Amino acid sequence: MKSELSGRETAGWAAGVDHGGPVLSVRDVHREYRMGGDVVRALRGVSLDVAQADYVAVVGPSGCGKSTLLNLLGAIDRPTAGIVRIRGRDVSTMRDREATQFRLRNVGLVFQRFYLMPTLSARENIELPMAEAGAGKTERTARARELLAYVGLAERERHRPSQLSGGEQQRVAVARALANRPALLLADEPTGELDAATGAEIVGLFSRLNADGATIVVVTHDEELARSARRVVHMRDGKVVA
Amino acid sequence: MTGALAIASLRRHPIRTFLATLGVAIAAALLLDMVMLATGMQSSFRRFLLMQGFQIRISPKGTLPFDSEATIGDASAITRALTANRDVVAVSPVLGAQVHIVQRGHARAATVFALGIDGLVEGDYELTAGAHVSAPDHIVVNDVMQRATGARVGDTLDVAAGLDPQLREYTGLRRLVVVGTGRFYYTAVNQPVMAVPLATLQAMGGSDRADRVSLFMVKVRDRVEPEVVARWINETLPRVTTISTTAALHEVDSRLGYFRQLSLILGAVSLVVGFLLVTTLVTVSVQDRVGEIAVLRAIGVSRGHVVQQIIIESLMLTVAGAVSGVVIGLITARFLDAILSTLPGLPAAFHFFVFRSSAGWETVALLVGSGLLAAIYPSWRASSLPVAATLRGEAVA
Repeated sequence: MKSELSGRETAGWAAGVDHGGPVLSVRDVHREYRMGGDVVRALRGVSLDVAQADYVAVVGPSGCGKSTLLNLLGAIDRPTAGIVRIRGRDVSTMRDREATQFRLRNVGLVFQRFYLMPTLSARENIELPMAEAGAGKTERTARARELLAYVGLAERERHRPSQLSGGEQQRVAVARALANRPALLLADEPTGELDAATGAEIVGLFSRLNADGATIVVVTHDEELARSARRVVHMRDGKVVA
Repeated sequence: MTGALAIASLRRHPIRTFLATLGVAIAAALLLDMVMLATGMQSSFRRFLLMQGFQIRISPKGTLPFDSEATIGDASAITRALTANRDVVAVSPVLGAQVHIVQRGHARAATVFALGIDGLVEGDYELTAGAHVSAPDHIVVNDVMQRATGARVGDTLDVAAGLDPQLREYTGLRRLVVVGTGRFYYTAVNQPVMAVPLATLQAMGGSDRADRVSLFMVKVRDRVEPEVVARWINETLPRVTTISTTAALHEVDSRLGYFRQLSLILGAVSLVVGFLLVTTLVTVSVQDRVGEIAVLRAIGVSRGHVVQQIIIESLMLTVAGAVSGVVIGLITARFLDAILSTLPGLPAAFHFFVFRSSAGWETVALLVGSGLLAAIYPSWRASSLPVAATLRGEAVA
């Protein structure tokens, strides 16, 4: 892990190696759940490509399978059928240990409810994935400070999540997602818990990140956020419809 | 970072953590006390028997030392026979008898227990002030007798061996000088005791006690097996009963077997209580944080590190509880020992709770082991969380 980064590299997406194909490639993915005695078919043959530095918004009504798709893209879940490739690697067949390591180094995740560790400071939250990846303390601290500065929270590094506003917490969560310079940034309703003004700040942050080279897939109901994406994918009943 | 998260998790609910630690500490204290009690009496008895290095006791045939008022005759001849054995380095003859302290102005004489000893080889008391008995009219008294008679070092006391009820006269009356005070090992805590030269006590008793003793204590040479000498004494002196420290300990061990088992059962119960307490608290803590744990897993934290965090949490609770428990256990053991030591008839040197560093380490090791076991279920629970389903559940909630 590099310790001195600036400019476009600051957010870390440039760490991805261009292997000549899309960063993300989804082919005919199905996902079925068992709920009680019933089988719920959450995804029914989704295919999608996301190129390097692309910014894709996945929209659709509640229950259409957006979050399920995001979980598959992030190697958190495995498809019932189909293939998900990130940077050319098939994550749909990875075992848990391999998938965990892959997520740690290649995927940044942002959640609707921020999910920062309440007992750690903003900086420590950002350091967490770096510590897991084996980065040294000095390197972690420097990188966390750079990221905090990037998201506009340089002066809040010692604050705990409870001492930050919703928008600030989400910005820290974005910084955490960028900590290990992921190839892909995935966000699930990142403005869902925020008021319009604070949501707009996050929309602006995502646009800036993409402008700096980040490959982003965001699942959202937020029209403003969807409009800020380069491409919008519409889903309905577990399928990509447009 | 894993450790920091574990500490943070415990600090998040300080009262809950404090109460759980207190619970573990109490379980640890009870466990330590039971370990001390289970092994303490035997170790105390061993120390008690070997206090002055005498490994063999010789008592009248068929009795245990001071079990009855029976005495052994021809004490001088036995002493000579014993000291003739080259493996024997010291023989301490002891005569025990009740005597009366006759004090002017007191309607009734105080009755005390007198130990007639050989001042050169005595092994019955530890001098706390003054001097040992070195002349026929010297005595050393314990603090209970001091309180009972008001005698101080340098005072004289009129001591009688008996009282003739028909003539209403004291027999074997002697004027003796208090030359020292001491702590007597083998007599009861609250018993007034004095040590007096053996010859004096024998003479005070007249012909009944002439050349008679209640007990011989024998010390054997280093690297000589006391059992071998004890067998030799039994063969040479068939009219006495010889018991070695090993045999005495064996006897005590068999008599205390049930007591020790009870202590071990109570100790095991406290260990189980500690285990359940930790496992419950850590499971509740994991249950409270399923969302957080799922997020940690989602951002790339390995199962191993999640398990490590839970184990550290469990061990921290256990170690904090165990260390506090050892301190509480030592205080309660001291308190309980003080109460039990006042039971009538117990020798002053005998203790129920004996602290050995090994007992402390055993307690801590047992608790750390139980802390590790306590972490198994919550660790499994945390590491096997279905990440996607948990995140979905959290989002719905």
